[in-house]
Amino acid sequence: MRDPATIRLLPDGRRLHLNDGPIDLIVAADGAIENICRAYEAAAARFVTILDELCGELPLLRSRVGQNSPLPNGLIALRMFTAVAPYCHRCFITPMAAVAGAVAETVLAAMTRAAPLTRAYVNNGGDIAVHLAPNQTYTIGMVECPENPSLFGSVEISEALPIRGVATSGWRGRSFSLGIADAVTVLAATAAEADAAATIIANAVDLPGHRAIQRIPARQISPDSDLLDLPVTRAVGLLSRQEIEQALQAGLSVAQELCSQDLIQAAALCLDEHTRVVTHPQERTSMEIIRRSLLHA
Amino acid sequence: MTEGLPADTIRCDACPVLCYIKLGQTGACDRYGNFNGQLVRVDPHILLDRAKSQGTPLVPFLEREGEWDGKLLKSTETFVTAIGAGTTYPDYKPAPFIVSSEVDGVDLVTVVTEGIFSYCGVKLKIDTDRHLGPERNFVRAQGEPVGHVTTAEYGSQMLSLGGVHHLTGGSKSEGRVTCETLLDLCNGKEVALTIDEGARIIVAAGKPPIVNGQQEERMRVGCGSATIGMFAKQWFGKVDEVVVVDDHITGVLSEHQAGKMLGLRETGIAIAGRRSTPGRYFQVAQPGTGWGGTNISDPLTILKPFKHKFAWPHLRLLMVSTTGEQFAYYELDDALRPIEKELPQQLQDSVARIRENCEPALTTVLFMAGAGGSLRAGATENPVKLTDSVKRSITRVTCGGAPSYVWPGGGITFLVDVSRLPENAFGYVPTPALVAPIEFTLKKSDYASLGGHMDYVRPLADVLREKQRQRQLTSLPENPWPLDPAAENDPGK
Repeated sequence: MRDPATIRLLPDGRRLHLNDGPIDLIVAADGAIENICRAYEAAAARFVTILDELCGELPLLRSRVGQNSPLPNGLIALRMFTAVAPYCHRCFITPMAAVAGAVAETVLAAMTRAAPLTRAYVNNGGDIAVHLAPNQTYTIGMVECPENPSLFGSVEISEALPIRGVATSGWRGRSFSLGIADAVTVLAATAAEADAAATIIANAVDLPGHRAIQRIPARQISPDSDLLDLPVTRAVGLLSRQEIEQALQAGLSVAQELCSQDLIQAAALCLDEHTRVVTHPQERTSMEIIRRSLLHA
Repeated sequence: MTEGLPADTIRCDACPVLCYIKLGQTGACDRYGNFNGQLVRVDPHILLDRAKSQGTPLVPFLEREGEWDGKLLKSTETFVTAIGAGTTYPDYKPAPFIVSSEVDGVDLVTVVTEGIFSYCGVKLKIDTDRHLGPERNFVRAQGEPVGHVTTAEYGSQMLSLGGVHHLTGGSKSEGRVTCETLLDLCNGKEVALTIDEGARIIVAAGKPPIVNGQQEERMRVGCGSATIGMFAKQWFGKVDEVVVVDDHITGVLSEHQAGKMLGLRETGIAIAGRRSTPGRYFQVAQPGTGWGGTNISDPLTILKPFKHKFAWPHLRLLMVSTTGEQFAYYELDDALRPIEKELPQQLQDSVARIRENCEPALTTVLFMAGAGGSLRAGATENPVKLTDSVKRSITRVTCGGAPSYVWPGGGITFLVDVSRLPENAFGYVPTPALVAPIEFTLKKSDYASLGGHMDYVRPLADVLREKQRQRQLTSLPENPWPLDPAAENDPGK
């Protein structure tokens, strides 16, 4: 029996909750009340077909992207494909690495088309698409582990910055990671781009071959995982401070490279209560790390 | 993709992703999992956070993104519910969580498990005067029999849905539809039902019932006779005769004891029904969805011609239903025939008064299930001792943190108001059977003496440390706190 999609206001009476299968969105908008209503209606109307659109070409979206990969048909699928394409030379990546961000920005686009809004966001399990009218800002808190929220930092996104997407990836999250980062939060031009980049950087925070890290081929856990038999992280044992440094440094150099290629605007990498930050050289993005040992990059 | 997969891998059909799920794993949504080869809903394990103030809304912790106030949970302020805890089924093994906590110096143990209930169902109380269908007739969902019409209660019609015979005793489709209907009702969703030789209804826990496309608004304040008694004084002097139309007892003001006390004049009215005592009539019409739960839409059809000996021209007659939802005003012409007129202002108030005294009509859903031997064995090595301690009120039974009523007699058969559980607390297995949370709370010393699995008792702090897959909710303010020594176990309180 297929469960119907959930469309409801959260108990605060302000935010919209949309759920369909594995897609779970929290939507908020600021503006005139009638515009918020129109935007929410547009979000719900756009939302209800998304899962079917994606499932219609799921085998393709779960396949590794290469130079000669066929383009998918759906518009969301195209956003996913475009967001991961810059990484297809460097490593194994499938469009699924950007699915959450692509869904978030698609729903947000439907909202901003429907009505003028001062601010809005669509949060797809930590991958967030934001809309800002001139002179508006959002402050976003960053956590390492969604099941155990504890802020490790915050970031302010203003309309003047070329940032409309925030995404977080880590091995503790819902999707698999090849690395050991507790959380890598990335700011980028779009949510799909942030999503793909967070995956790449989180994979890079790693200590290859370390004994304390338990890894299992993805398909041994989920038979239809897009990661096939790549070893995904299941547990991270005790690491020395030096090893933490080393793993973070590996992720940091990838993040710096992506910054210099304009693929991202900033990233915060978090491992075992140690945090490091990378920002784009030309931008004034500030990520405020509020807790514990702040190691400057 | 299926080749090479272990035989106990299942495919989930809850959404079009159609995940293959290995034994002990969950699908992409983290909501459905493979438990012993069966598809089970495994939403995050829900912990109740004691509401600090009345009226604190129920807000899933995870959804307060970025707004976490940094508060650490105090252990006695958290109750581990069985929602999402997993089950002991089908083998006899200790419950998934046996949690100890200290409340006011007393060590308590809560045995937390999700039960798979084949012996379960729901009792529906539908506040309506409309005739839903003859007693004992089938109630159907999607054409399949899922239960039956049982007794009529005061202002309400009771339905009994589910039970083991519909779940597993009939066709496969009957079982599947019954399971789906029970699950939806328990999770507060709307369900469309039809009653053989009766009405089509749409019901959901805590919402007004919709009968044959019409939403019920109010419950009657009393039968027609009682309504006469309550409002006689307010009608006195403003009208000569009042008939309160009711499927059960239709009341007539001038003949009623209350009218006699006020010295009302005889009006010569004649009612087409069986007279019980003065001013009270049974069976003025057939049951139906019209006036006062009868099948009439024109109230004059229950009147016979006025007796010329007593009636007089311009006699003022009000006819009203027991809920005040239907009303009509007449004056007799020179031939003593009632002619409909606009309701005078001074009577509008009394009709409105009847209406406002009728409480909102709701459908309420009680889940009823019996905890079987293997579930009880998950709590103690000697299941009958658990039953016994529940009977003696040594052990408190809650369902997702909500108070339950344990039916006297053998076994642990309990009732719980589904609207007092956190959202989506119920699940199902394709057996078909419902999955419902159940928690047993008792003193640690009592737990030891009834043969509890003491080796499996874990401190609360230990459970809270496993933060993955847990979800913290605020307890509903109307529920007694499950760990409170003073908490009443009576769900009626």
